[in-house]
Amino acid sequence: MNLKLHIWRQKNNKANGAFEQYAVSDISEDMSFLEMLDVLNEDLIVEGKDPVAFDHDCREGICGACSMTINGNPHGPEKATTACQLHMRKFKDGQEIYIEPFKNKSFPIIRDLVVDRSALDRIIQSGGYISIKTGSAPDANDIAVPKSKADVAMDAAACIGCGACVAACPNGAAMLFTSAKLKHLNVLPQGQAEKKKRTLAMVDQMDKEGFGSCTNHYECEAACPKSISVEFISEMNFEYAKARATAYRD
Amino acid sequence: MKLDAKIPEGPIQDKWTKHKFDIKLINPANKRKYKIIVVGTGLAGASASASLSEMGYQVEAITFHDSSRRAHSIAAQGGINSAKNYPNDGDSVWRLFYDTVKGGDFRSREANVYRLAQVSVDIIDQATAQGVPFAREYGGNLANRSFGGAQVSRTFYARGQTGQQLLLGAYQALAKEVESGSVKLRTRKEMMDIIVVDGKARGVVTRDLVTGELETHLADSVVLATGGYGNVFYLSTNAQACNVTATYRAYKKGAFFANPCYTQIHPTCIPVSGEYQSKLTLMSESLRNDGRIWVPKAKGDKRKPREIPENERDYYLERKYPSFGNLSPRDISSRSAKEACDDGRGVGATGYGVYLDFKDAIARLGKDTIAERYGNLFEMYERITGDNPYETPMMIYPASHYTMGGLWVDYNLMSTLEGLHVIGEANFSDHGANRLGASALMQGLADGYFVLPYTIGNYLATADLKKIDADAPECKATVKEVEDKINKIINVKGTKTPSYFHRKLGKLMWDKVGMARNEAGLKHALEEIPKIREEFWKDVKISGTGAEYNISLEKASRVADFLEFAEIMAYDALDRDESAGAHFREEHQTPDGEAKRNDDDYRYVAAWEYKGVGQRPELHKEQLEFENVKLAVRSYK
Repeated sequence: MNLKLHIWRQKNNKANGAFEQYAVSDISEDMSFLEMLDVLNEDLIVEGKDPVAFDHDCREGICGACSMTINGNPHGPEKATTACQLHMRKFKDGQEIYIEPFKNKSFPIIRDLVVDRSALDRIIQSGGYISIKTGSAPDANDIAVPKSKADVAMDAAACIGCGACVAACPNGAAMLFTSAKLKHLNVLPQGQAEKKKRTLAMVDQMDKEGFGSCTNHYECEAACPKSISVEFISEMNFEYAKARATAYRD
Repeated sequence: MKLDAKIPEGPIQDKWTKHKFDIKLINPANKRKYKIIVVGTGLAGASASASLSEMGYQVEAITFHDSSRRAHSIAAQGGINSAKNYPNDGDSVWRLFYDTVKGGDFRSREANVYRLAQVSVDIIDQATAQGVPFAREYGGNLANRSFGGAQVSRTFYARGQTGQQLLLGAYQALAKEVESGSVKLRTRKEMMDIIVVDGKARGVVTRDLVTGELETHLADSVVLATGGYGNVFYLSTNAQACNVTATYRAYKKGAFFANPCYTQIHPTCIPVSGEYQSKLTLMSESLRNDGRIWVPKAKGDKRKPREIPENERDYYLERKYPSFGNLSPRDISSRSAKEACDDGRGVGATGYGVYLDFKDAIARLGKDTIAERYGNLFEMYERITGDNPYETPMMIYPASHYTMGGLWVDYNLMSTLEGLHVIGEANFSDHGANRLGASALMQGLADGYFVLPYTIGNYLATADLKKIDADAPECKATVKEVEDKINKIINVKGTKTPSYFHRKLGKLMWDKVGMARNEAGLKHALEEIPKIREEFWKDVKISGTGAEYNISLEKASRVADFLEFAEIMAYDALDRDESAGAHFREEHQTPDGEAKRNDDDYRYVAAWEYKGVGQRPELHKEQLEFENVKLAVRSYK
């Protein structure tokens, strides 16, 4: 198949960016979207031009490195699929495709489609963990965890930290990301000791990074390659209010 | 130089405890005076960085990813072994030790494997306490399942994302230490070389992948946790960025490379669909429980699978190995698929694929049962290939998956370059010639949480470490070397992309140094590798400069190291004139195609010393003694 691509090109954080047009031909429908970009990049290098920079690594939908918006959808049009797992058979011959980086003011552009998502790491650093030192753990079966709680913890922990939820949100909120980590740790017995502190710290950090707030568009869940539920957001709001209201007790 | 593995004296059960008592301790107040650089933030690197920081050391953790959560440990699916014996089925530290030594086809070091089995129980405690959401029984206790090479259920898992969850556990532990200020985390920085001062590893030179700046990082000791070299085959189940650069550059600085020929091939991956293919995706081996593997009997039969009548199909595993059939061991299944395809009977666009057919299982058990067992795998397959496995057979082909070889380390996980420690897949020590399923996660975390943090203390307490700064001539010289190499790549100004050379090398390695090897093929590879390397240095083309975010330069630099490293792999495979585990020399097999070891002549670790590019490296042998597990033919019949 032949395609017309419009790709956001931006040399670095200080330069101005713009869409540039590229025609790619003889694209196999069995290619992944990123392999299609590989083909373009090989041609660009041979022509002496700069290849399109994009973050990617595992190419099996788990590392969370992909960060491109395809025709307006973070990770592209396919539900519950990262850009690396999206295949060209989902596109039509002759189609025009717009490719741009995940957009958010807290995700500064590094080059082309590569953005800096370290704000998400800083949210985790503010409290997204259970403070246990190596070697001090009790026997793993000392604490029974009801299967239902273990399952919901796993549902939440499936987040790959790609930031598609942020890019999809009209308010640029990182609430799906933050709430998923809070749910994962707060639902487990092991996470109870630091529950209040964690909730306050992570939500405050999220605000400090400049992310927006949820107004129930649910675009985040729709864009999430792991289909993480927006229910976690309402729970986070509830827990945050509770923690704020009772903070004086600690 | 004589290799000294520094294995402690005494009965195997007591070695680690005794060693921990014997090693010199550093007073808690003094630990903060020592600085350790850890390169890599996968399971091994993140767990080591977090643990060392908790103990009080200053840690600098370096990763080339944008976040320390992206390392390829994240992609491990199946699980993690541990000798917990929760299912009460007779497991023990001894049994896990025994299975691992046997699974490694008697080419690993007993003392290391025993220690691995011992600390395996602590890993599960540690991960659970961190909140890793392992699968649970209804009673709330942890669930187990069984995996290849074991007759007990000792594998803990978190759905099909065990690697992800364990890595996030270690990543969060690391995040906690970053917040506390005692770990300095450096992202998007690629290690380019080791700085050696007075014969000791004292730091690294990194390239900032955003600005291109070369930076000097100094410390009292350096830890490499930089993973395996499976991408030497170009196509593998590894992530795109996985490469050999860190370990290879350390090798050039004096660390010996051990057993590079031990590379594991996984039999059930989605095959290549065209030249453009960038990676191979692994499909769980469990599919072989119900799928039947076949190819057409006639060469070049291009009919659709359903149009090929039953009597024109060759169910080759059932035919050749009637007792094991489709569940034949990994290496046998992989080699048989290659044989059928080399014979011109492969299927799919490239002819390098075999069918895995569920038609009979669906007829026997019903579609619902098959969907319940493999639904998510069928979905993943359809997403990638566009084919529906309920209606048409899957196509599969073997792919490079894990590398048992790595930098040689002693019992303390220190390489032959003093002060340089190597952990996880990057070292060679625990899996011998073949790794059992669910043991990679175990080893990475064992090294990082429970072994290295102790042993490195002994090194720091006893080494004579003088003060150095970035202006030292050794530092400047190393930066200059890196700079020269980058400029050399930029100045070739040829016509072909770095990927062109990587693909070319990968194809050669897969054909001649892949899952089945022979003397003629290996000699051929040793002639061809230097030619590709020469062509690279004459004709590679990259875009842009060294002083910017430059993906073609990054790639070229990694490919350049693969082009040198590939040669040691071929030398090692040629030198090891026996079959052992995943290293299959066609000259040495039993009548039914099993690997045939030669314990008298090859019961050693082959550790290679760098002697110059294109020069034959020098072989050093570490003789392996088996005092606790009796040498026997590995048989799963």
